[in-house]
Amino acid sequence: MTVKVLAIDDSRTIRSLVQKVMEDAGFDCICAEDGVDGIARFAEVAPDVVITDINMPNMDGYGVISSIRGGEINQSVPILVLTTESADHLKARARAAGATGWIVKPFDDETIVSVVRRVTGAAG
Amino acid sequence: MANTDLAETDLEFVTFSAGGQSFSIDIGQVREIRRWSPVTPLPHAPDEVLGVMNLRGSVIPIYDLAARFGLDRTPESPRNVVVIAMHGSQTVGLLVEAVSEILSVGRERIQETPDVRSDTARQTITGVITVDEGMTRVIDLAAVVQPRGKAAA
Amino acid sequence: MAPQSSIRDTFFEECEDLLEALAEGLAAMADGARDTDTVNAVFRAVHSVKGGAGAFALTDLVAFAHRFETVLDGVRSGTLDLTPEVMHTMQRSADHLADLVEAARNEDVLPPDVSDAFLANLDQCLGAEPESLDMGDTPFDFAVIPLEFGDDPAPKEPAGHVIRFRPLQQLYANGHDPALLIAAVHALGPCEVALDLSALPDWDGPDALTPGLGWTLRLAGRESETALQEIFEFVEGLCELDISPLEDAPVPADPLPSVAAPPPPAPGPEAPSPAASAAQKPDLAAGAEAGEARGPKPTLRVDLDRVDRLINSVGELIINQAMIAQRLQDMALAPDDDVSLHVEDYRLLARDIQEAVMAIRAQPVKPLFQRMSRILREAAEATGKSARLVTFGENTEVDKTVIERLADPLTHMIRNAVDHGLEGPDARRAAGKDGTGTIRLGAAHRSGSVIITIRDDGAGLNRPRILDIARRKGLVAPDADLADAEIDGLLFLPGFSTASAVSNLSGRGVGLDVVRNAVTALGGRISIASVPGQGTEFTISLPLTLAVMDGMVVSVAGQTMVVPITSILETIRPAPGDLHRVGTDDSLLSIRGRFIPTVDVARSLGFTDPSARADFPLLLLVEGENQSQCALVVDAVHDQRQVVIKGLDSNYGQVPGVSAATVLGDGQIALILDPDAIAAHRAGPAATAAPRPSLFHADVHHGQH
Repeated sequence: MTVKVLAIDDSRTIRSLVQKVMEDAGFDCICAEDGVDGIARFAEVAPDVVITDINMPNMDGYGVISSIRGGEINQSVPILVLTTESADHLKARARAAGATGWIVKPFDDETIVSVVRRVTGAAG
Repeated sequence: MANTDLAETDLEFVTFSAGGQSFSIDIGQVREIRRWSPVTPLPHAPDEVLGVMNLRGSVIPIYDLAARFGLDRTPESPRNVVVIAMHGSQTVGLLVEAVSEILSVGRERIQETPDVRSDTARQTITGVITVDEGMTRVIDLAAVVQPRGKAAA
Repeated sequence: MAPQSSIRDTFFEECEDLLEALAEGLAAMADGARDTDTVNAVFRAVHSVKGGAGAFALTDLVAFAHRFETVLDGVRSGTLDLTPEVMHTMQRSADHLADLVEAARNEDVLPPDVSDAFLANLDQCLGAEPESLDMGDTPFDFAVIPLEFGDDPAPKEPAGHVIRFRPLQQLYANGHDPALLIAAVHALGPCEVALDLSALPDWDGPDALTPGLGWTLRLAGRESETALQEIFEFVEGLCELDISPLEDAPVPADPLPSVAAPPPPAPGPEAPSPAASAAQKPDLAAGAEAGEARGPKPTLRVDLDRVDRLINSVGELIINQAMIAQRLQDMALAPDDDVSLHVEDYRLLARDIQEAVMAIRAQPVKPLFQRMSRILREAAEATGKSARLVTFGENTEVDKTVIERLADPLTHMIRNAVDHGLEGPDARRAAGKDGTGTIRLGAAHRSGSVIITIRDDGAGLNRPRILDIARRKGLVAPDADLADAEIDGLLFLPGFSTASAVSNLSGRGVGLDVVRNAVTALGGRISIASVPGQGTEFTISLPLTLAVMDGMVVSVAGQTMVVPITSILETIRPAPGDLHRVGTDDSLLSIRGRFIPTVDVARSLGFTDPSARADFPLLLLVEGENQSQCALVVDAVHDQRQVVIKGLDSNYGQVPGVSAATVLGDGQIALILDPDAIAAHRAGPAATAAPRPSLFHADVHHGQH
């Protein structure tokens, strides 16, 4: 079964990049442009993994994580956080909020694909 | 003008007569050949610019090739045709007396323009090709249309 | 990473939006806005530029955006006071960020000292903590999720590793699956996995749902510890974990001893939902609803070529309609004939389609105006004046091409307004004005045109000085007596410049004549009004679209031509006594007690075919710049119709006195005249000047200024 990725980012550029990399890796990728949009799409598409930006309008990445983790469905879906900061305290904060892992921008194709495989167990 | 990578390959030219002389143009630049139809003259245009005509909604200038080479203006005749050619994104029409043939020649048959006195000829003819009945002049379309056309501004 | 160039394009397109949002947010902050939304939006704009730039390894851009972001973060968190200096630095930084984006787009590099100066300014905002020393937070130090490189710097070469791993509740809650982690270890080499059940909870106790499974993995092979740590990177603190080299620690048979990371407080029993987040209980369904309620207007990004192709086809459709209508007219059908009615419907439909298509190309002038605030800042800085830009009507929509081609003239006029229009702060205060000058830039729609106004509250035009300069330059006869409007009009003459010394700004070598030419090329007009002591206002009037216009069809020297309706004040059939010859070639029209110069269109275009001359010519009264009137002599006036504008530039070049061409109903091309250009050498003060060769020749020499 094809892995379904939900990519949430307010930057069109990053969305396009993630989508391209995911699709090149053979995954399905659905995009959302902010936290609120992301949560709406989450309910619709039941993704196997969520990749979300942190800094977004309307609802930020932490909001996305707590909505999903505290929600009724698919609460333990792997959630990867996209972040430009590699600072440890930000990772710790994401983890404390319930993130499964993180991907530091700028990411290279292999890294992001391997992280997605790692948390979903998708064959690679 | 032509791609130097293709040195071995045959080149194709459309040859036509203007002012009683034979000229040719790289077939890759030729879009179509049309019958002459009346043009709208442009003010303050050089002698060889006859005016503009409507080619499916585009306004394209028509050059009298004979006049461009300092010969007499092409006399009106039902045999006259307009060669529609493209140079970059610019589309132009060349009024000629008649289109003769399509010439397929090896690159080596194109000779450099012999030392001629006329500036116009030197600047606008890239070479000559010997043919049965004499020779044909390969024109540089860019040089034919560009400098004077833009200078009108 | 080699992202596709289309994504690169996406990035630069997005940057335009982000820079616009940035400028807008900063402008709001400069006006006193401090709300979280505004500040966050500004922060996010810079952050997103940085994020995207990182993906394309645009290091200059990333480095600068990062520093900028740090300052913004300080402002956002309140650790940095938003003083006017900080505000100024941020606005200038936004300008510089735009430059860096532009440079990156052109695959260009800005001189490092320029960036350094901006970076220094940002550092200054940060006060005692210059960030250049703090490389720890540099976001692009790589190797955060290291790939497995075989060459670990100091390989210990153990025979293998023992990994003791016991997940805590939070590990499951965070979406991890121990099986995947074990599989990842397995993938590194031969591995024995032993399940450790020793910590299983008491099924009857209060911790019945606390996970108690643990695993001991024995991995053979020379895999570095780094590779193992990488696998467990995400679960640090979410499990009990111990990794030790195989030879140092023989695998104990007994349960795991206490391990490295102290476990977090045990999660509550109502797993898998952690108590903390359960308390907040954000509801997915509610989120979904909110998503629907919010939603920006859906938009579609379309390749401009496609729109232009559509516009072209619609143009053809309109011409086609005109041709059919003309044929029908020739057939002399009864006016209420069905076919005529259908063709009339066709005409209305074609108009509708055309308007709808034109609307696609329309864009608000806002981004253009925003760019001007930067120009103003730079000009103010260069001249040592203090100025603010007030804009209005930013949402007025204009054809995309008009906006693009308006950028240069507008830039020049803003610079001009700061440089020549506004007085210095001291002079302003001496005149009882605010030391900071105000330049108002506005846009509005007015009867099928777009009106752009640029008004300064400076000293107004110095007319005696303008006249003096014009006389010295031989632009007007020494004894000419000019009205105020005529003097103002002198500013538009080629080469005219009021700056007595070449300042930084006016040294760029363009005069208002270039502005006027640019506006005229767009089918627009520019005029000037000034009140001494109160300021100067320029008004640019532009067509809404460059694709169609209403024209008057006329005959000149046997040819059909079109004159833009907007230029025509009235059509006059002169009585024999109305025209008065002056000298050999010129004549004046007397109308309502005034004398107005006439221009023979045929002669001015060089079409001097006397046989085609009408015995009773008609006059078109046109108004040139600055209300100067002039009468164009044509042979006949036919009708008024909407014509599709076809440029001559792309296939030929500019033609003096002609702005464009159109295709008539019979398929023939008609030239569209540029009345201003034709009238220019007669109109206004120049009429009193010494005879000049021709306007058109004068135009050729612009390059010399």
